[in-house]
Amino acid sequence: MTGPALAAFTEHLSRSGNPSSLHGSGRRARMVVEESREKIASAGGAHLSEVIFTSGGTEADNLAVKGLYWARHGANSRRKRILCSSIEHHAVQDTVEWLVAHEGAEVTWLPVDSEGLVDLEVLERDITADPETVALITVMWANNEIGTVQPIDDVTRLARRHGIPVHSDAVQAFGSIPVDFAGSGLNTMAVSAHKIGGPVGVGALFVGRSVSLTPVQHGGGQERDIRSGTLDTAGIASFGAAAEAATSDLPGEAGRLAALRDELIGAIQRAIPEASLSGPEDPGGYSRRLPGNVHFTFPGCEGDSLLFLLDMAGVESSTGSACTAGVPRPSHVLLAMGLTETQARGAQRFSLGHTSTVSDVEALMAVLPETYASARKAGMAGHTSSIQTAATISRSGNTPGTQRQGER
Amino acid sequence: MKVLAAMSGGVDSAVAAARAVDAGHDVVGVHLALSRMPGTLRTGSRGCCTIEDSSDAWRACEKLGIPYYVWDFSERFKEDVVDDFIAEYAAGRTPNPCMRCNERIKFAALLEKALALGFDAVCTGHYAKVIEDKDGNPELHRAADWAKDQSYVLGVLTHEQLRHSMFPLAETPSKAEVRAEAERRGLSVAKKPDSHDICFIPDGDTRGWLEERIEMTDGDIVDAEGVAIGRHRGANAFTVGQRKGLQLGRPAADGKPRFVLEIRPKENKVVVGPERMLAVDRMKGIKVSWCGNPIDEVASGTEFDCMAQVRAHGDPVQARASVSIDDDGQQLLVVDLIEPMRGVAPGQTVVLYQGTRVLGQATLDSARSTERPELAESLS
Repeated sequence: MTGPALAAFTEHLSRSGNPSSLHGSGRRARMVVEESREKIASAGGAHLSEVIFTSGGTEADNLAVKGLYWARHGANSRRKRILCSSIEHHAVQDTVEWLVAHEGAEVTWLPVDSEGLVDLEVLERDITADPETVALITVMWANNEIGTVQPIDDVTRLARRHGIPVHSDAVQAFGSIPVDFAGSGLNTMAVSAHKIGGPVGVGALFVGRSVSLTPVQHGGGQERDIRSGTLDTAGIASFGAAAEAATSDLPGEAGRLAALRDELIGAIQRAIPEASLSGPEDPGGYSRRLPGNVHFTFPGCEGDSLLFLLDMAGVESSTGSACTAGVPRPSHVLLAMGLTETQARGAQRFSLGHTSTVSDVEALMAVLPETYASARKAGMAGHTSSIQTAATISRSGNTPGTQRQGER
Repeated sequence: MKVLAAMSGGVDSAVAAARAVDAGHDVVGVHLALSRMPGTLRTGSRGCCTIEDSSDAWRACEKLGIPYYVWDFSERFKEDVVDDFIAEYAAGRTPNPCMRCNERIKFAALLEKALALGFDAVCTGHYAKVIEDKDGNPELHRAADWAKDQSYVLGVLTHEQLRHSMFPLAETPSKAEVRAEAERRGLSVAKKPDSHDICFIPDGDTRGWLEERIEMTDGDIVDAEGVAIGRHRGANAFTVGQRKGLQLGRPAADGKPRFVLEIRPKENKVVVGPERMLAVDRMKGIKVSWCGNPIDEVASGTEFDCMAQVRAHGDPVQARASVSIDDDGQQLLVVDLIEPMRGVAPGQTVVLYQGTRVLGQATLDSARSTERPELAESLS
C-alpha cells in the first residue's frame, strides 16, 4: 500500500461507526465514505452517485454482468445474447459462462487479433445480425496479461446505436492510464483498490445513473439498493486516498513507466532475439499498451522454469495464469491471440510499478539471458526424458554388465 | 547439495524435506500437478494434486522457510501412468501405477527438469534407503521400518536415478515417529491421514473407473475345466486373485470361495477356481532392470538365491533366479519359488532382494501354476 492509502487505512481502522447508522459516529463514518466516493468518482471521470462500493473487482464484475443480464432479460426475454471478448479476466469470463450454464444465456466470444485487440468488424456484425437479442456487451479496458488497451470508445459507439449496455472491467486501467467513465459511453465499469496501492477487499462498480441493474446480493440495500452489505469505512477511505494519489500525476507517472517499459522491451529483444513480445508491437506511449506491462513468450522453455530461476535470482515475475492449486496453465488470452499451447507455456510477464527504476531493469537483464538458457535446457515437460529408466534400458536392449562399475 | 523436495502435501514428504533442510542442504519444495483437472477439491480418498494437498504442501514449505512451486507434469503423467494403466488392464494384466510414476515421472521427468535447473537430487518421503558400496555405487535397501518399507515401488529405479535420489525417512523406526516429528516441528499435516488408493481414481472404485475407459463386453466366467458357471460384464476389470465381485450366485461344489485364476482378454473369459489353484512356483519376467549395478550372477547367467516380492506390501518368498538373453537381446528373468506363492498376475512387478538390498525388478509375463502346469507357457 502507498503512503496516503496506508495512513487513511490505519487512521480509520481505529474509529468506530457504521456509515449507515444515524448517530454521530455513524454520520462521521458516512462522511468519510462520501468523501472517498467523490475522490474515486473524480479519478474515474464519473459523478459520485455513480460509484457503488463492492468487495473488489470480482464482485463488481459479477454485479455488472449478472445484474445487466437479469435486468435486460427480465425486461425482454428475447435478450439472451452476451457479446464478450475472448480475453476477459476470469471474473467476467466465468460469470458469463455461469449465465450460459444456468440462466439460458448465449455467449459470443469476440475474437481478438494477434496483438490482443477486439475485432470491431466482428462485433458490429454480431450486433447487427440481431440487435434486439443482445443483452449486453462486455470488453475489458486493458488486459492484465498482455497489457493491450482496448478501443472502448469504438465498442460503445457501435452498441449505442442499438441501445445495448456495455460493461468494462477497468481493474488494470484505472489509476494506470487515463480513464474517463463519462466520456467512455460505458454503462458499468469495474475497478479495484489493491491494483492502485489501496487495500485488498475493496473495489467499486461505476454504474451510470440511468442504468438498471438487478442486485446479486440482497440485504440492507446500502449502495443505491443495488448492492447490500455494511460498508468498510477504513478500506474505502484508503481506496479514496489511493485513487487520489494514483491520478494526481497520472500522465507523469504513466510516461515515466512507459519509457522504462520500452527500455526493458528493447533490452530483452536485443539480448534474446528469439523471444517474442506479446500484445501491441507499437505501444503508442501508453495509449495502446499499459505503461507497466512487459510480456514475452520464450520459445523452447516452460514459463514455470523461467519463473523459478528468476525467483532464485531475486527477480519476481509471473507466468500469467495459474489455477487454484497453483498449477501454471497456458493462458486463454494467449490462445485466443492465436498462439499454440506450447508457445503459451513459455510466457513470462514482467510488471513495473511506482517503485520500479532503471536499476530494476538492469538487475533483470543481468540474469535473464543465462536464466533463459538454463530454462531451455530444462525443456518442456511434455518431451521424452533422457534419464535412463527401466523402460529405456529394456527398449535399448542393454545387456547386463554394460554399466560401468564405479561410475559416478 | 541443491535438493528438490517433491512435496505431495502429506506428512512423509514434509518431514523428509525438513530433514533435508536440517542436513544443511539448499532445499526447494515442489508440488507435482498430475491431474488434468487440477482445480478440484477432493474429499474422501486423498492423492496428488488437489487444492487441499497443494496448499498443505505450501504451508509445510512456509514452515520450513523454503521456496515452494507447483510444476505441471499432468501431460506426462497421463501418457506414462494413466494411459499405461488403462492399456495394461485392457490387455488383461495388472499394473502398478505407483511404480510407473516413480519410474517415469518422479525420478525421470521431474529429476531431469531438476538437474537442468541446477539441482543435484530429488528428495521424497519414501521409506527406503540408498547407500553406496565401497566403489561409491548406489544400492537401494529396505527401510528400517519393514512395515512401512516402500523399496518395492522404487525397485524399478536405475543406477542413474538412484544416484540422484534422497530418502531422508530411511532410518525412521516407525510412521508414528514421523508423525510425532511433524507435530514437534509444527507441521500442520502431522495428523493428515495416509493415502492408500490410486491417486487418479478419486473414489477408489477402480472397476467403475476402468469401465468408463475400457470397452467392456459381457462374457463367461468359467471354471478351471472351461465350463461356464456365470457371466461377467467385462473381463478386463478383473485381477488374478480377486475374490469379491464375481457374483456367481451359487457356491462351488466344495463350498469354498472361488477366486479369479486367469483372465483371457482375447476370449473375454474369466477363469475361476479354488484358492489352492492360485499357487505358482515359477514366474517369468520381462522388461528387466537392475537397481544400481547388477550382481555378478546376472552377467554370468548363473542361478542365484534371492527373495521375490510381487506386491508393495506382500511377504517376500525365498527363490532362486537366473537371467538369460532372448533372441532380441532382451533379458529374461526366471524365478523359481522355494515355496509357492498365491495370486500372481501378469503385469505385476516382481522385485528381487538379497537381505535388505533391492537387486532389480521385472514385469511378470507368465507364471506356472503348481496345480495347472499346462498353463505355464500359455499366459502372455
